[in-house]
Amino acid sequence: MSSLEVDSIDVHYGDFQALWSVSVNVAAGGTLAIIGANGAGKSTLLGAIAGSRPLTSGSIRFDGQDVGGLPAHARVALGITLVPEGRRLFPSLTVEENLTIGAFSRRTGPWSLGRVYELLPIVANLRQRRANQLSGGEQQAVAIGRALMNNPRLLLLDELSLGLAPVIVQSLYAVLPDVTAEGTTVLLVEQDVGQAIAAADRVQCLLEGRVTLEGDATELDRDAIRAAYFGI
Amino acid sequence: MVWVNAVLQGLMLGGLYALFACGLSLMFGVMRTVNLAHGDLSVVAAYGSLALVDSLGWSPFATLIIVIPGMAIVGFLLQRLVLDRALRISTLAPLLATFGLSIALQNLLLQIDSPDARILPIGAFGIGSWRISSQLAIGWFPLLTLGVAIVVLLGIELFLQRARLGHAMRATRDDPATAQLMGIDARKIYAVAAMLALATVGIAGVFLGMRTTFTPTSGSDYLIFAFEAVVIGGIGSVRGTLAGGLVLGVAQTVGAQINAADPILIGHLVFLAVLVVRPRGLFRASALA
Repeated sequence: MSSLEVDSIDVHYGDFQALWSVSVNVAAGGTLAIIGANGAGKSTLLGAIAGSRPLTSGSIRFDGQDVGGLPAHARVALGITLVPEGRRLFPSLTVEENLTIGAFSRRTGPWSLGRVYELLPIVANLRQRRANQLSGGEQQAVAIGRALMNNPRLLLLDELSLGLAPVIVQSLYAVLPDVTAEGTTVLLVEQDVGQAIAAADRVQCLLEGRVTLEGDATELDRDAIRAAYFGI
Repeated sequence: MVWVNAVLQGLMLGGLYALFACGLSLMFGVMRTVNLAHGDLSVVAAYGSLALVDSLGWSPFATLIIVIPGMAIVGFLLQRLVLDRALRISTLAPLLATFGLSIALQNLLLQIDSPDARILPIGAFGIGSWRISSQLAIGWFPLLTLGVAIVVLLGIELFLQRARLGHAMRATRDDPATAQLMGIDARKIYAVAAMLALATVGIAGVFLGMRTTFTPTSGSDYLIFAFEAVVIGGIGSVRGTLAGGLVLGVAQTVGAQINAADPILIGHLVFLAVLVVRPRGLFRASALA
């Protein structure tokens, strides 16, 4: 089990500051949901943790190790795995090839092709299909499977629900308990507040790059969330 | 029988074109880098082989033991010292960098050697053939070239389809940023791809030098055939490049039967026809495979 400590990070896109001294803590084995409107900086935060966005200041510690300066591929080797926004499957590879790419770092652990197919039967039926021939829901399932193939200790999920029908979103979130049961720490970003609160044990709200609310998923009340989400 | 012979000779010539185009296809397929120094690098390999032949008295075939790894090292250095840096400036910068490299290599060879035409000597093997009938003969050396081309290109294809590193190469080509998020170091993948590409350039350079004479500037003469083979086959497809090379070779030799004065023109016309009819090439999946 692994803990994540993000300590007052700033992230810029050129002159534009996307994150302002954002701090996030996820206890080992916990599930934290980051909610917020479009452009609040949720994906930027996940990108900074995964290593695809450089920090301007602040630090990121994973299991006590400072990972803020490591390139993305080295963080993957430590077990930090991102399911990126918009799935980002490799279009010319088959589903099974996409999954094996997920295991490129050769980390050992509970997840293998067989177990991923067991967890996501829909993916098992598509294994020889090219990734560019899948529906959005199928792509998202493959993207989750691909991330699990790395045997993640910290799983970062960026907007699983994006562009998908509610019933499909529910079926995707339904696999999360099986993932956390293996001791994986989860940090998820979600626009759908109801879905986020249902899936997580702690919730943090971002507004224009700043943390506006933080609390246990069961204790936050709707009005406080609304105020933090929209800033009104 | 004349036509059968033309097609057979064309296939064997096409093998040489395919072998020559392989490295260009691979570098474009994986890195999206158009290597304008491709032809000159193959000539460098031919001169390297010649130097070994002259100094050690080896057969040109034996020099491949040194030329292939030597060119792979050149590929590594080219990628790390030139192309990676150029890529950080803009996507077009590698094109300019390789253009400059092409000119520099030509002049360097002129300085070291001379504008005189050279050839890698292979003796009787170069002119030997099986005479099947009065109008049909298969040369040993062209046949060997075709065989080597098929082994090299299909071998690379197999590597891309089956090997762990081959999968990583295709994933990096599809989406380098996401590949990094899967634990793949794109810089390392690019270096390996460049080494593989230049290793094939080494083989092609030596075979070109054994087949016909070369000068410091003959690299750019062949570059156009490599481009045509890559485009006919479908950009980014290695097996497409094999097919593209064969089509181009056959077009030229059959063209020579039709109009002996200008076989190369007919090759170009076939290339243009493919561009019109199948602009994405014969293997239009456009996937690296």
